[in-house]
Amino acid sequence: MSELIHLSALDLRDKIANGAVSAREAVTASLQRIEAVESRVRAFITVTGEQALAQADKIDAMRSAGETLPPLAGVPVALKDNMCTRGVLTTAGSKILHNFIPPYNGTVVSRLVESGAISVGKTNLDEFAMGSSTENSGFHTTANPYDLSRVPGGSSGGSAAAVAALETPLALGSDTGGSIRQPASLCGVVGLKPTYGRVSRYGLIAYASSLDQIGPFGRTVKDCALLLNAISGHDPMDSTSTDVPVPDFAATCGESIKGMKIGIPTEYFGAGVSAEVAAAVRTAIAQLTALGAEAEECSLPSTEYALASYYIIAPAECSSNLARFDGVKYGLRSSELAGHIGLTEKSRDEGFGREVKQRIMIGTYTLSAGYYDAYYKRAQQVRTLIRKDFERAFEKYDLLVTPTAPGPAFKVGEKADPLEMKLADICTIPVNMAGLPAISVPCGMVDGLPVGLQIIGKAYDECTLFRLAHAYEQSTGWHKNSPVL
Amino acid sequence: MSDTAANVNAAETEYEPVVGMECHAELLTNSKMFCGCRNEFGGEPNTRCCPVCTGMPGALPVMNIQAVEHVMRTAIALNCSINPHAKFDRKNYYYPDLPKGYQISEYDIPIGVTGWLDIEVNGQPKRIHIRRVHLEEDTGKLFHVAGDESFVDLNRSGVPLMEIVTDFPPDIQSAEEGREYLTRLRSILTYIGVCDGKMEEGSLRCEPNVSVRPVGSNTFGTKTEIKNLNSFRSVYKGIEFETQRQAELLRKGERVVQETRGWNDTRQVTFSQRSKEGEEEYRYFPEPDLVPLHINEDWIERVRASMPELPDARRARFISEFALPPYDAGILTDTRAVADYFEETARLCGDAKTTSNWVMGDLAKLLNASGTEIGASPITPAALAEMIGLITDGTISGKIAKQLIEEMYATGGSPKTIVEEKGWKTIKDSGAVLAAVEKVFAANPNIITDIKVKGLVGKRGFLVGQVMRETQGKADPGEVNRLIDEKLAD
Ligand SMILES: [Zn+2]
Repeated sequence: MSELIHLSALDLRDKIANGAVSAREAVTASLQRIEAVESRVRAFITVTGEQALAQADKIDAMRSAGETLPPLAGVPVALKDNMCTRGVLTTAGSKILHNFIPPYNGTVVSRLVESGAISVGKTNLDEFAMGSSTENSGFHTTANPYDLSRVPGGSSGGSAAAVAALETPLALGSDTGGSIRQPASLCGVVGLKPTYGRVSRYGLIAYASSLDQIGPFGRTVKDCALLLNAISGHDPMDSTSTDVPVPDFAATCGESIKGMKIGIPTEYFGAGVSAEVAAAVRTAIAQLTALGAEAEECSLPSTEYALASYYIIAPAECSSNLARFDGVKYGLRSSELAGHIGLTEKSRDEGFGREVKQRIMIGTYTLSAGYYDAYYKRAQQVRTLIRKDFERAFEKYDLLVTPTAPGPAFKVGEKADPLEMKLADICTIPVNMAGLPAISVPCGMVDGLPVGLQIIGKAYDECTLFRLAHAYEQSTGWHKNSPVL
Repeated sequence: MSDTAANVNAAETEYEPVVGMECHAELLTNSKMFCGCRNEFGGEPNTRCCPVCTGMPGALPVMNIQAVEHVMRTAIALNCSINPHAKFDRKNYYYPDLPKGYQISEYDIPIGVTGWLDIEVNGQPKRIHIRRVHLEEDTGKLFHVAGDESFVDLNRSGVPLMEIVTDFPPDIQSAEEGREYLTRLRSILTYIGVCDGKMEEGSLRCEPNVSVRPVGSNTFGTKTEIKNLNSFRSVYKGIEFETQRQAELLRKGERVVQETRGWNDTRQVTFSQRSKEGEEEYRYFPEPDLVPLHINEDWIERVRASMPELPDARRARFISEFALPPYDAGILTDTRAVADYFEETARLCGDAKTTSNWVMGDLAKLLNASGTEIGASPITPAALAEMIGLITDGTISGKIAKQLIEEMYATGGSPKTIVEEKGWKTIKDSGAVLAAVEKVFAANPNIITDIKVKGLVGKRGFLVGQVMRETQGKADPGEVNRLIDEKLAD
């Protein structure tokens, strides 16, 4: 049964659909892999084995009854623990939600259930998705499956590690400034941040509402496309989800990329990006041109302000989004009796970690009267500039190609300086600021550690992204790598 | 001028109030502001809520278009312009009854801006300028019980709330004008069906801010805001009290503290609640979970077309169409329910003035006594019209009608049936009336003499009264008069 864990989601789905493998076998293989490697990888906060098996049996019963199976029937999937799951602990990686069991399912969770995918558990993350290594998790740090002494990236480090360690073929993460793509890069898997508005945020515990977007992890581009199809589309419960048609993303994988125009923004190869990573990306670009794409250097001049303005907007929204954790309705409540204001203060002090407190304080400050114009308003203006840079570039190019992360996975504890940690997202943040789709695909190894290639697309044009990413992947075979555990 | 002289002058200064009005109206919508929960007053605590209105992690708001249109209706009724790109903002503050830690409101681009409402005090018309009409959500309720415990009820959390703020500098300059403004405003809100206007239940709340200044001055003093006013009367009394209190302080050479003051209805005084000195810090920023509202002309026109006749227009029409005195028209158009009731009844019976008298008189008295809204009156417009018809065609006398309406109110019965059962029909039989006249003449020879001999015709009324009494009020008054005149002429 252990060979099942090596299968792509697509192959596994087909085997389940034609009866070669039962959903119970698929889920059992996943649970056994988790059992075998979790003590080292620690990708999960909660594993829901019993529920997963019960759901697998339902799928198997459907097949026995001759019913048509939904598109991801029986495929195990892991969910980042900031997505609300009815009846299942949902912590957002924070002590303040150490006991929170949501009374409802987020929209993506409901859509996954409809698609037949089976959740085997909830994965680790930096607290409230704030961080790039999972070291900020209120519970534990996840290890990079390629080198257990290194971080998997973050904040969706648990989901990336679970897929890389063959615990599940698919996982969902959320990406606010790179939280899907950066860990995908560091763990050698594929990760996609869809266009803002493509996937409903209803049920995603918010970090920065105008930047957050849920997206898929897989070991192949096509697997990501399948999972994105399952979760995309307008949701009446999320006003910011867009009512646009959802194409068959998987079907576009395999189409030719001949004549496709690719821009290479020079700013993404500047200071901070390691020479090895830059070299790997350059090699990948040469490969793309060999496949028929036309690549050309270009410029996105506002890039240098992206990080600074992101760290105004995201903390501002977070300071407000996290105000609801007051110890009154759910989650951690301090046992100290201190009146209702004291109750809130004590509960928040005990429940939130350092990084979260710091961002709440920064956000509270920048939104204060007298500072709003100088910080928040100005950051929004910069955001418009960044968006315009991309618009101009996309008048000329179909896609932009950059490194995903400036370097490969770093050692746990290595980046003690919070500013240095934040530079890990320097290539991914501008994409969130502009609301665009971007994918990270493995494009090489540096000292035995994976490196990712970031491909950025036009809004709602995930299809073109998938085409290029798939063509590249199939021509190189980096996706066939897997860690030795 | 010496200090003493200044103090003497200060002690004699006359002050006038300057009043700004901030009103909150709970909107009559089917569901709450941002979720599908039922919008209804009361209910077992925490039974009308969901992940959205309890602020569950991950839950998102979705705009209630009915609420937006209610605000548009109000803006139109108050002569405001409507912002084509209204947006929503977060007002951040902590309180246990505010589940998200912020209230979704409109900060700098409200739906309605710069309008007015015309009022009339002592026959003097006055225009009260409106600064803004905006939409926000209500909070839950906090209950403190004995001991250290408090409970939160979130049934009200997320109920759509509309805020209407008068312009600065304020136009309202007396408690009377304040009350009149609120009366007119409530009337408009209930007319257009956006709010039930129940101040006692808190569905319409008014918080006046009051400052005083020497009469004739153009400056503005320090203001205080009055809360917990739950009737028109308390609004009037509150403004009046605050005016006196502040004038008193200034006359003594003391200063007014900027603060929120509560109204104690039992003692009829305001009391200090919390100081408002220093900037309030709400860290407003645009709500990222909602997209801005795009209100185009078509939409505004659709809403405008769906608007009912407003109180001022209806008052004018009642005067021209039904030839009602302005006083009657004013009272009858005060609420849409009364105006609708009157209009239906008047159309059915064809006698507007008589209808007006009954609606404003006996019916209003009966409704008041039992605390019933006119919409729930046991006497339908059709029944009242039928009763008026019975008077007009002489079937019953006006005096009997006063008994009849009480009976109708108590039993809900039809006037014809009641008159039939009780034998209240006017006695048209001249023989029976004549017998009563003769009996009264026989019993009162002195009166007859006074009239016939001494010419004291004023005493004739006594005879009429006696005959009516003899016939239990059922005699046709015309017939009674004719027979008495005949008999006196004998
Ligand atoms: Zn609700």
